[in-house]
Amino acid sequence: MAASTIALGTAGLLKVGNALAAWNKPAFESKAVNDALKGIGAGNMIDSRDIAITAPDIAENGAVVPVAITSKIPNTQSISIIAEKNPFPLAATFDVASGAEPYASVRIKMGETSNVRAVVKADGKFYTAAKEVKVTVGGCG
Amino acid sequence: MAEPMRIRATLNGDVADVRILMRHPMETGQRKDAKGNIVPLHFIQNVVVAHNGKTVLDAQWSQAVSRDPFLGLRVKGAKAGDKITVTWTDNHGDKRTDETTVAAAS
Amino acid sequence: MMATRRSLAALALCAIIIPLHAQSTPNGLAIGRKMLAEDNPGELWLDRGKELFFQKRGPKNASLERCDFGLGAGKLEGAAARLPRYFADTKLVQDLEARLVTCMVELQGLKREDLLKTAISRPLSNGSDIEALALYITSRSNGMKMNVTLDHPKERETYKAGEYLFHRRAGQTDFGCITCHGQADKRIRLQDLVNMTDKREIQEVVSSWPAYRGGHAVVRTMQWRLYDCFWQMRQPELEYTSDVSIALTTYLHYQGNGAVIRVPGFKR
Repeated sequence: MAASTIALGTAGLLKVGNALAAWNKPAFESKAVNDALKGIGAGNMIDSRDIAITAPDIAENGAVVPVAITSKIPNTQSISIIAEKNPFPLAATFDVASGAEPYASVRIKMGETSNVRAVVKADGKFYTAAKEVKVTVGGCG
Repeated sequence: MAEPMRIRATLNGDVADVRILMRHPMETGQRKDAKGNIVPLHFIQNVVVAHNGKTVLDAQWSQAVSRDPFLGLRVKGAKAGDKITVTWTDNHGDKRTDETTVAAAS
Repeated sequence: MMATRRSLAALALCAIIIPLHAQSTPNGLAIGRKMLAEDNPGELWLDRGKELFFQKRGPKNASLERCDFGLGAGKLEGAAARLPRYFADTKLVQDLEARLVTCMVELQGLKREDLLKTAISRPLSNGSDIEALALYITSRSNGMKMNVTLDHPKERETYKAGEYLFHRRAGQTDFGCITCHGQADKRIRLQDLVNMTDKREIQEVVSSWPAYRGGHAVVRTMQWRLYDCFWQMRQPELEYTSDVSIALTTYLHYQGNGAVIRVPGFKR
């Protein structure tokens, strides 16, 4: 069945409403948390209690760990999710336009127990919060 | 061929609670198949959600997002009948667009 | 063929059934289970199962619309809630999957051996047609209560066999279903074990299959669940839709009568 209903321009470029953000290769391919943070421009981060991370204390299966982030920081521009002990820590970045609440919910793979860190960009500044998620192995494998 | 998504959009006041289920292997490029060969990296890199044609969320993903991915978001200023359009693009250049209309609060 | 075989030594580790500490495991897991269950990828297989159900397939180029799941040809609503049951045409007590195979053979002309071989899909595959179909058909009983009756003598006989099998210890590990599922608050590593002698817990079980199994990324059915339990116990391989599997399902569903069916479930 047809995969897409988007019309392609003559240059083969895709136009869907606003321009798509380019995939942040350096950030996503960083193996160290600090490099991933640098990759998304988060030099200095302020710890914030206005970022809520909804995730299980214990994840039954590291392949599907639900994580939802809510930012109460005004003028939130983006929300990033970092699983600190993952081989490539940066899992996702959500650019939030004015038409959406600063909220995103996804499921991520986690290789082991680790901090799940949310990084919020608001008014050009960076804020962060983290929650430890324990990853277990259930049953007999 | 990219399989259809399931998109639910329900109103909570004037905010649409949007929940999207997608079908995608989201291969990390580190898994071996039954024959012992590496299954190549294959994952959704970008998801764009639009409300009546205007982009409200632009997500970039890594291969760490789970297989058969889910995305939940909340769209402001929504009314019953509004269009929610979702497009994903993966690292092979494959893409899929599906849309739904916002349902009234039940 | 199923996934990797594990050594007996690995099983020995798993065989330590540990008392559950009330404060730790269930609460810590609860948020995750709730978030996953609310948005279940299994719904996508349900959509596929619905498509497959109405599609004209096989050498006879027929859909499954005339299949009788116990309430008459073509009647799906509430059918899963009454299975397993005796069917006069096959003279067998059949569960949903066995009945589905019967219909795929009789109505569509598909080959029985092929269906049995492919019914359980490999993990991380696209899943099998039967898994999708079983989910769709069961979903047509969503919101209804499990209501297995034992009016027919063969149904009573099958139930009694299932009850015996549930409690029977066998094989090289001397395990029976009762070994892992006969007490409250037990777990294997961090996996809490359902106490199937508790009414509420067994109702939770029978209401939630077929289910999306997160780690396998496919929909799994009760036949698969029993197959995998037999593997865990290192008992002989449980054949798909065998008498033993149907006897156990009959026993479990009857024990779980009153459960409100809600599929797809979400399992780890």
